[in-house]
Amino acid sequence: MFRLIIVLTIFCSVAAVALAKVYDITKGPIAEQERLKTVAALKAVLPLFNNDIDKDAQELVVGKDKKGRDIKIKFYPGKMNEAIVGTAFQVIAPDGYAGDINILMGVAPEGKVSGIEIISHKETPGLGNKIMKEEWRGQFKGRSLEDGPRFAVKKDGGDINQFSGATISPRAVVGAVKKGLDIYNKEFGNGG
Amino acid sequence: MADREMAQEITEVQPLAVVPGFDLKEIAGDFLRGLWEEIPLFRLVLGMCPTLAVTTSAINGVGMGIATTFVLVMSNILISILRKIIPDMIRIPAFIIVIATFVTVTDLMMAAFTPELHHSLGIFIPLIVVNCIVLARAEAFASKNNVIRSTADGLGMGIGFTIVLILLGTVREILGNGTWFDMPVLTGIMEAFEYEYQPMIVMILPPGAFIGLGLLVALANKIEERRKGKK
Repeated sequence: MFRLIIVLTIFCSVAAVALAKVYDITKGPIAEQERLKTVAALKAVLPLFNNDIDKDAQELVVGKDKKGRDIKIKFYPGKMNEAIVGTAFQVIAPDGYAGDINILMGVAPEGKVSGIEIISHKETPGLGNKIMKEEWRGQFKGRSLEDGPRFAVKKDGGDINQFSGATISPRAVVGAVKKGLDIYNKEFGNGG
Repeated sequence: MADREMAQEITEVQPLAVVPGFDLKEIAGDFLRGLWEEIPLFRLVLGMCPTLAVTTSAINGVGMGIATTFVLVMSNILISILRKIIPDMIRIPAFIIVIATFVTVTDLMMAAFTPELHHSLGIFIPLIVVNCIVLARAEAFASKNNVIRSTADGLGMGIGFTIVLILLGTVREILGNGTWFDMPVLTGIMEAFEYEYQPMIVMILPPGAFIGLGLLVALANKIEERRKGKK
């Protein structure tokens, strides 16, 4: 009986030590990969910038959710020679066809979208996942809330293409970007 | 000249490798069994869950196959070394600890060094722990045989598993997306004839996994039947 306990304990201890060692080795590279991924996405949605963008990031409270907890969004300011060229932040479209769509969007100082990037989604391959395509995402460039009703998918009377067989995913993305612009205007817009 | 010297050295060393319990024929048999006679997905029908889920593209099949093979070989080796120490009553928990450790190592390593692949395989890398092949080989083979034979068995089973994953990934990616390893195969051919290839989306979706695997298993059974008939 004792032998069983001792053998299993030794097994677990050796496994734990080995895993701790591997974790220690891979911790650095994994964090670096994550950072590179973030910076690459930021470069895609913002105009050219040359500051250490993930160090300048700041988290702001933008409102409260249904349970009264703070909703925090991390804003990444892209600066070219100390002048702000755009701010990037993540928004979530909760009304995708299958789960949340995480979107990184960049907004130029005058409140126009400079680019969007889909960080993660669970939309149907071949249908809804066309939102990943660059041609489609490109349509968001230069959009602002001043576009009014034209800033919507065609089915809703706007001029953003949807896909045949998939309107829900594009509509969700448009909705989330609009909400993002709203938040941006409240936080940074009009000198406020 | 240096090459010749090397060659001589190798021929000299080889006979020394024949130590007791090292039977080349037996080891080759252990290795080859995993490739056809007991090929995990067709014959043993083990490890179906990751197979159906990740084979949306050929490269995913390669990644999943290599990860599983690594875990299989490493856990087979370690369990075979420790087989006389592990008491019978707690052998299953002991196997699971060994397997889980190697799976976690693989998971962390992939996250650190092949982030793209790690992202597309997602949850299925940690889930290698519950892949029946790994535990089945530990229980049925590694816990009863020596290290060299267990290594050969793990390698054979792993490669057999990988081959089927790549096959299924190939079928699904070509039909469902028109590409193979991201090269435009069907799309390219159709473009040459000035048509646009309309992908069979169903092949990328879950039903396509079942349809594709079903057809492949049927084909494998047919080939096996022929082979037996000839004998």
